[in-house]
Formats: sequence, C-alpha cells, structure tokens
Amino acid sequence: MTTLTEWLRDPSPKSRVQARVGQSYLGWLRFRRNPLAMAGALIVLLLIVLAAFAPLIAPHDPIAQDLSQRLLPPGTPGYLMGTDEFGRDILSRIIYGSRVTLYIVTMVAVTAPLFGLLVGTVAGYAGGWVDQVLMRITDIFLAFPKLILALALVAVLGPGIENAVLAIALTSWPPYARMSRAETLTVRNADYIAAVRLQGAGPVRVIWGHVMPMCMSSVVIRVTLDMAGVILTAAGLGFLGLGVQPPLPEWGMMISSGRKFLTDFWWVATMPGLAIFVVSLGFNLLGDGLRDVLDPRSAGK
Amino acid sequence: MKLDVRFGTAGLALAAALTLGASPAALMAATPADTLVIADKIDDIVSLDPAEAFEFSGVNIINNTYDSLIELDPNKPGELIPGLAESWDVSEDGLTFTFKMKEGITFASGNPVRAEDAAWSLQRVIKLNKTPAFVLAQFGFTPENVEEMIKADGDTVVITLAKPFAPSMFYNCLTAGLAGIVDKETVMANEVNGDMGNEWLKSNSAGTGAYVLRSFKPQDSYVLDRRDGYWRGDAKLKRVRVNHIPESATQRLQLEKGDIDIARGLSNTDVAGLEGKADVKVEEAPKGYIYYIAANQKNEILKKPEVMDALRWAVDYKGITDTVLKGQMMVQQGFLPAGYLGSLDETPYSLDVAKAKELLAAAGYPNGFEVTMTVRNDQLRMEMAQAIQNTLGQAGIKVTLKPGAGAEVLGDYRARNHELTLQSWGPDYPDPHTNASTFAWNPDNADEAKLTGVLAWRNAWDPGELTAAVDAAVVERDTETRKAMYEDMQRKFRDDSGFVPMFQEIAQTALRANVSGFHTGGTIDSATYWYTEKN
Amino acid sequence: MTITETPAPRSPSKLWRRTKTVLSVVLALAATFLGLLFVTFIIGRVVPIDPVLAIVGERASQAQIEAARTALGLDRPMWEQFYIYVVNVFQGDLGTSLLTRRPVLEDIMNVFPATLELATIATIFGVLTGIPAGVLAATRPGTWIDQIVRIIGLAGYSTPVFWLGLMGLLLFYGTLGWVGGGGRVGNEFVDILEFDIARVTGIVLIDSALAGEWAVFANALKHAILPSAVLGYYSMAYISRMTRSFMLNELSQEYITTARVKGMPEWRVIWVHALKNVMVPLITVIALSYANLLEGSVLTETVFSWPGLGMYITNALFSADMPAVLGGTVVVGLVFVAINMLSDVLYRLVDPRAK
Repeated sequence: MTTLTEWLRDPSPKSRVQARVGQSYLGWLRFRRNPLAMAGALIVLLLIVLAAFAPLIAPHDPIAQDLSQRLLPPGTPGYLMGTDEFGRDILSRIIYGSRVTLYIVTMVAVTAPLFGLLVGTVAGYAGGWVDQVLMRITDIFLAFPKLILALALVAVLGPGIENAVLAIALTSWPPYARMSRAETLTVRNADYIAAVRLQGAGPVRVIWGHVMPMCMSSVVIRVTLDMAGVILTAAGLGFLGLGVQPPLPEWGMMISSGRKFLTDFWWVATMPGLAIFVVSLGFNLLGDGLRDVLDPRSAGK
Repeated sequence: MKLDVRFGTAGLALAAALTLGASPAALMAATPADTLVIADKIDDIVSLDPAEAFEFSGVNIINNTYDSLIELDPNKPGELIPGLAESWDVSEDGLTFTFKMKEGITFASGNPVRAEDAAWSLQRVIKLNKTPAFVLAQFGFTPENVEEMIKADGDTVVITLAKPFAPSMFYNCLTAGLAGIVDKETVMANEVNGDMGNEWLKSNSAGTGAYVLRSFKPQDSYVLDRRDGYWRGDAKLKRVRVNHIPESATQRLQLEKGDIDIARGLSNTDVAGLEGKADVKVEEAPKGYIYYIAANQKNEILKKPEVMDALRWAVDYKGITDTVLKGQMMVQQGFLPAGYLGSLDETPYSLDVAKAKELLAAAGYPNGFEVTMTVRNDQLRMEMAQAIQNTLGQAGIKVTLKPGAGAEVLGDYRARNHELTLQSWGPDYPDPHTNASTFAWNPDNADEAKLTGVLAWRNAWDPGELTAAVDAAVVERDTETRKAMYEDMQRKFRDDSGFVPMFQEIAQTALRANVSGFHTGGTIDSATYWYTEKN
Repeated sequence: MTITETPAPRSPSKLWRRTKTVLSVVLALAATFLGLLFVTFIIGRVVPIDPVLAIVGERASQAQIEAARTALGLDRPMWEQFYIYVVNVFQGDLGTSLLTRRPVLEDIMNVFPATLELATIATIFGVLTGIPAGVLAATRPGTWIDQIVRIIGLAGYSTPVFWLGLMGLLLFYGTLGWVGGGGRVGNEFVDILEFDIARVTGIVLIDSALAGEWAVFANALKHAILPSAVLGYYSMAYISRMTRSFMLNELSQEYITTARVKGMPEWRVIWVHALKNVMVPLITVIALSYANLLEGSVLTETVFSWPGLGMYITNALFSADMPAVLGGTVVVGLVFVAINMLSDVLYRLVDPRAK
C-alpha cells in the first residue's frame, strides 16, 4: 500500500501513465478534503442506490391507485410523504422516479455539454469562416423557442424517454457552445498556447489538450446547475406527450400534476420538488468539487 | 391536516412570522360598484361575428350583444320565449314557418329592427358559410337558394324548408348564437371586399342585445358596456369585464380578495377549498359536454361486442365522480346531456372488474390485451384517463396513454387511426338531433366516405338501424313520441356501440356573496349577464 | 508557424475595414435569420397537428376542410409556400394568426411589450443581486457566505417556477396584500389603462408615466414586481454562480497577486480590477439569460395572468397556428440574434484579449 501511495505521489513520475494516475490521485485527495464535495458525492451515490434497489426500498407499489386513500398528508401511518390525488404513495413514487431521473440526467449530461464544448472550442480556436458557420448554426438553435424544437422532435421521432433525452440535449447544447467559445477566445492567444504550438502541436491536440480543459470548469458548473433544469424540462416534455408517460413516476411530472393541489395539499408538488432540490444540490456540490480537481488553473493550490 | 390556505406550506414559516401583525381585512380590494368583473378562460374565442363564433366563450358574448327571433329563458330552462319575433307559426305541411316581428325595437346604432334585417342575418350565415353554418344548412338552405327560402315580407319573416322537420328542431336551432340578428345597415357600411362585414364584426358588435362590445383583446380580456333602452329593460350593471385568467389558483385568490366578482375557471380542488368562506358562494349547473371513450371498430379486438361490454364494466364511474373529478363531472351513460329532450338518467353500468374479466375471457382474451388510448393533455382529461387506465388494468386491459395537443389527438381520431381515445363532445345547438346525428348516425362507414364530422364514422362504427332511427326522429312532429325515440336509441347505443359514454361536465361557478342573478346558461344556453346585480 | 499568427495583412484603409466589419455583421445576421426561418418553416410542416383542423372546428365536413386548406395556401408545394412566406416577411407581413384572426405582427406588438417589461425588470434584478452575491462568494470560498449564496442560487434552480409564483401570490398578495394579484394592473385601474391612456410603447410602466397617471403607474409596479422577482430569482441564481466561478479564476491570476503585493486596497483589487475582467464572459451570461427571458415564460405568464409572448406562442403551438408560431419565432430569433451581436460587440470593447 505504502509503495503504491509513494508511486502515486512521486513528484518526478517516470512515465506518462504514472503522471496521469498520480494527478488523479492527488485530485482525489483534494476532493476528499472538501466535506461539501463529499456530501455531494454521497447524495449522488444515494440516488444511484435508490434507483438500483427501488423495488426493495419502496414501501408501496408506485402505480397502484386507491381512491379511498387520496391526498393523505405526510406522516400518515404507512405513507411517510403522504399520498397523491390517486392515493398513490408519494415516497414510493419518488424512489421509483429516481430511476427515470437518473437516466435522463445522465444521458443529457453526457451528450449536450460535450457537443456544445466541441462546437464552441473549435469555433473559437479556428476563427474565420469556421467560426462564422458554427456560430450561426448555434445562434439558430439558440434562438429557437425550445418548445417548438421539442415538438418537432415528437413529430419526427415519436414519443418516449429516449426521445425526450434527445430533445432536451438538442435544446441545451447551444449555451455550452457559446460559453466555451467565449472562453476559448480569451485563451486562444495566451502565451502557453503559443508555446504548445511552437512545440509543433496540431490544432486537434491544442483544442483537445489545452483549450478544452480551460473551458471545463465553467461547463461543469453549468452542467451541475442545469441538472435541476433538465429534470424540470423533462416534466415539461411529458406535458407535450413527448416525455415519460403516466403512470410511470417521474419527478418533474409529479410536480406538474401536483400544481392543481398546491394551495390545499402542498405536499403533492412539494415532495418531488424537494427531491429535485436535494439531487441538484448533490450534483452541484459534486460539480464544485470536481471543478477544483479538474481545473488546471486551480490545480496545485 | 389541511393547512391554512394562506400559508400553504410549512417551508414558509419564516414568511408567516413576518405576516403576524398585518391585517389582511384592511387590504381588501373591491371591484367598481357598477362593473361586473369575471375571471374566465377565453382563449378559445375565434370571432365575435354571430355567423362565425362557435366556441364557448365567443357565444357567451353573442348571447349578451345580440337577440334572435326565438330565445331561451335563462329563468325557465328548456322553454322557448319570444325574442325579436312576437309570434310564430308553422304551416300544415311543416314546410313554411312565419315569424311576426316585434315593433319598436332598435339596434344599438338606433336603427329600427326590420324583418329585412332578420331575413338578411340568416341568409348571411348561409352565404358566409363559416363553421356554424351547417346548423342552418341542414334544413336545405344553400347560398344559391337562400334568398328564395328566407324572405322578409312586410313585418314578417317567411322561411321555407326543403323537407319537413320536427318544428321543435327548427325552433331550437334558431335559438343558437348563429341566428343572432345583426344590424344590416351598420354592418354593410363596414363591408370590406364583399365580406358582409365579417372582418368588422370580429371586434365590433351590431345587435339589439343588452350590452355592446366595447373592446376585445384576444387571449386577454373583453369589455361589454350597457346600452340604454334595451327592449327587455336595461341591464343592471353598467359594464361587464371578462379577464382571461388561465390559472385556477390565481382566480381563487382574486375571488377571495374581492378583486373579481365571479370565477368561472376554478378546478374542483379550488372550489372545495372555498367551502365555508362566508363572502363567497358556489353555484353548480350541468354543462352540455359529454366525456366518452371511442374504441375504433376497425380494430379486431375492440370490435368484439364482449370486449366493448368489458370496457363498460371496467370504468369506475362512481369512484371518479366522487373523488378525482368530484363536483366537476356527473355520470352520464347516454349520448344526450341531462336537460335535453329525451335524455336518460339511468346508469346501468358500474365498476365490476370480475364481470369485465369474464367478458374478456368470453371474447377470447382471458389474459386481457394491450391497447393505446390517446388523450388531450389537459389536467382534467389526464386525471380521468389515469383513473380509467387503472381500472381497465385491473380487468386485464393494459392501456398505454398517448397524451397530445388537442388538434393532434383530434387529427388522429378523424383519420380513424386511434385505438382507444378519450374525447368530449359539446352539443352545437339545443336539440337532441345535434348529438344523435353524430353519435348514432353514419350512412356510409367506408373509409372513402370521409364523413369526418360524424363521430360514428370517425370511430368506424356502423350504427345499423339507428341511422334510420335518427333520420326518423328529427322529422317526428309529436314531441312526446320524439322524446321516446331518442330514449330508445340511446339505450341501444349505450349497450351496443363502439362508444362508452361516461360523464357529463358540471360548471362550477364561484361568486362573491353580493352577486346575484348570474346565469351560466346550463346545458343548452350561454351565459346571461343582464340580470346580474351586485348588492 | 509563428507566435504572431493572427494579425491579418494590413487593410487598405480604416474605412474599408469598418465597412467590411459592418458588412460581415449584416451578412451573418441575414444568414442566421434565413436559417431560422427555414428551420421553423420545416418544423411547422412536420408537426403532426393539422392547422386546418384547428380552425374549422369539430363539425367541419371534408369539403369545408379542403376549402380552408386551399384558402390558407397549404395545398401548394412546400418551396412555394416558403418563398411566399419569406417575401411577405421581408415586407413586414408575418401573416394572419389562425387563432386570433388578426395580423400576427399586431398580435406580437400587443404581447411582446408585456414580456419585455417583465424580462427587463427581472434581468436588472438578477444583475443587481447576482453579481455582488457571486463576488462575495468568490472572495470567501468555502465560508458560510459562499454556502448561503450557493443554497439560495440552487433553490432558485430546482424550484419549479409555478411553485414559487403561486407561493409568492399566496403570501404577498393573498395574505399581505403588498402586491397585485395577476394581470398588469388591478381591475380598478384597468379601464383607465385601456381607454384613457395612450398606448405608446405598450409597456404599462412607461405609458402610464408618460400620461402622468401615477396611480396607474404605482399599481402597475405593484403587479410587475412579483412576477419579475420570480423570474429575476432564476437569472440571479445563474448569474451569481457564474460570477463566482469567473471571479475565482480571475483572483488566481498573477496580476491580482501583483496588485495586492503593490499594496492596492483589497476592495479595489476585487471590485475594480478583477470584476472588470470578469465582465467579459459575464456579458455573455447576462445576455443569454436576458434573451431567454425574452422568449417569455409560459408558466410565469400563466400563474400571473400576464399576457406575454410565452403564452402566445404556446397557445399558437398547441392549436397549430403556424403563422403565429412562425411570427413568434422570428421575433424571438431576431431578439436573440440582436442580443448576441450586441454581446459580441461589447466583448470587443471590454476585452483587450479578444481582439
């Protein structure tokens, strides 16, 4: 163990691999020292556990209705978070809903920012007509009212969770592109980039190895911030008939259908709202922790 | 455990602490004393021309700005009363109707009301041929013959039908909004490109009604001002303002605060929440909308009679009207809404999962089957659909809901592409024929016939002998016999068709306690503002 | 490859260079705009809602439907429809809404000022609270101030807007009576606004001030404050997070250390030197959030009965009112493009590095 640690912490690594792994290890150490980031990681871990073991954890069937047990307040024996308008246990629905939520969030978080980052850095670094064309395309998508774009996708693809993910990804990549382009513009002419170029690095390597990492921190922050938005957007799509279809429990949709009851039965919409809050808090804390680790500028401090 | 409305959530405890000491009563707002302020959803309005308006909110305005020859009395449901005609008569052969005009009535412009105005207004409906024109056109009027068939003769209007109809049917159609009498001189003075004033009437009124249209802002509001010298006696309130307030909770707050006088778009939950408030009252009246499931009869499974019967026994009619849609829906298993000639109040079907399973087994589906149901994605329908999905599921019918925008779901239905679809239907004019002719009449069930306006055709259901029965009932001149005919065809329809009629909508109107004399119009008429007063 | 790769060969004259810049901006604008029109138009045609159905009503016969389709020109080939549409748009004619039966341009002129009013107040609110909060958090990372800013911001992000809106109405209108309850002015003032005050800008706060109707102005303010605070909360959450992140980066730069070493007061280092540089990326962030608000928020507008662009486009969309949807998209698109161009220009003015 000691030797492994020593190998990892070796200030003068003997190989590229050792350097990379060592860096990751140091990052992990930094990450671990940050209690908030750890809390975030715990929340996300909890979400994953909930999703994986939903049938074992949930006290009730999330779909079975019982109209005689509707709108029971939280704390009613057997219904920790109360019941909804069809007498379904809200806690069980939230636990099962974590599956859908996790799926949507993961898929969107993987696709949209990466695509936006790629477009933005290439545009910003290349400049000229490449920049013009890419940014015009970005502008077109950015300028689109999101709902219309989403509905167009229903038309072409048909409803379903996968298409919901696609629709959200398609409407959310442009801000990443614009943001990373802006960041790229500010670092493009920096001395260290010039130095890398002098060493003979091609544009691909410059962008991938030296520009993208500079943009990572703001992208990661935006992604973690967007998580809650993604969950809520998924709910909006459900409303269009594009997202998750009832009676499948999905947090965002639970919130929208609880809207009608907000005045008199606050828990119906508030409980899933709290779930979204906690999870996005988790992602956010995690994101901040990751940022400190990933951001080359703050490394070593 | 129901929290005080004002705080809603425990999370606002801090804010609640801040409110201690503030006295809500002192901050009470009030509407102007001579204005009636109504909150409603009015984004359905397309036109305010009587010949074109056909939506719920638009016809409400027509009802208060125009009069027709014959009218319905808001105080005596179902009874025909004189409007601009003082008397009317029908010839022995049932073909020629004569209406004698009242004297001394003027339009809001000051022009006298003449038989010529009346005849021209009805001709205009046919000539413009907008959406509601079919209501009159079904009597045989065409743009070519209408000047011959509807004529002014001195102070009478003489109308000749192409073939005899039940007179009550013709009279009922004349009470609909499209038969409102417009001021020919004023309207023609505003004609553009031969449109007979259609464009101008979209945002102006030219009638004899108690109110005139002051302003109309689409999807926002409209204002009606009282006209002096209304022939029935001046309206009680000087102005009526209707605001488009889409959110039920907002309407409720405004009503509780006294910022509006009437809330017409409350959810049943919000109505229940108003219970026990001293300064607010709730009035309930049935509306004409029927909610039903249509099962495409082109579908091999759904066309089996046992499967349709299983559907009928697998809906929790009572559970839904007692809980999820309490106060908003009542059980209705015929195709005519309560209040119509021949409507049934029998409800033979109720939830019986065991029976539904037996029927499915008899049909050859002991393990049930899978099916999709399209539904418009407003909250009310989605709630209804989920409750139905649940009990159908218990019987073994696994329903996948396909929510969509209104026109999308409708398009699917008209193209006969649905499997199951949850739909609603509102009558077009206050006569049983309006629903009978669409639910139980289908002369040609072939795809090529494209009778897309007929529900039975859309659902690919051949009503068999019922088509003839509908044709017979609409010309039956004896009202009692006619009534029995509709009752009979509804029973057949209910037990043996591709439809499952389930509910009839109820209008829940919440009013400030000082408001009286407001009529929603119930199942057959539109809202009446001119009797409304505030004390 | 040399270090100074970027500088272009010297242009013949300054004037020519300027003209070229202007030309390229105009060209870019036109390209974006046309692309936007084209994509919207295609979408309008693939959406599975038949616009004819939406207007002729349930009862219409097949013949009536065909007649309406011909009258709307929907039976012509797609490229012809697109050509006609583009020609009309460049003549300032966005067509007639199927739903309201009025010129789309007129409809949008009615609803857009309402959205503009809300979005502008909300953005001002978001900037005024978000930037200081973000700076504060960045200068004390990891402290309780940082955490509070984070939690408040996050709460803004994960709270559904209707939840916040309705709760705000319940408390500030229902219980306290501090603000107006939906609509742009109260029903006691709405007649004055509608019939007595000249409609100059369509923005109630400006029109009533111009007319000297201060009671209406005050009432309008009472009605605008809550919805714009709700919307502003969201932009505050975003702006404060981004400010914090940019600021953290900036504060680790060497020139900051140099300034500190030179003995410059800390407040000057943060609020003048660092913030000035942070403003560059922040402008994009603010512009994006403002442009997003200008698209109109359907839910906020619904909860507060605010007759804005979001509700208009959504209504139109659900009724397949394609002229209105296209018109709305064109306007939203124009606003977006304009704001982005503006932020690009501001960039160049503010940031010496991005030249």
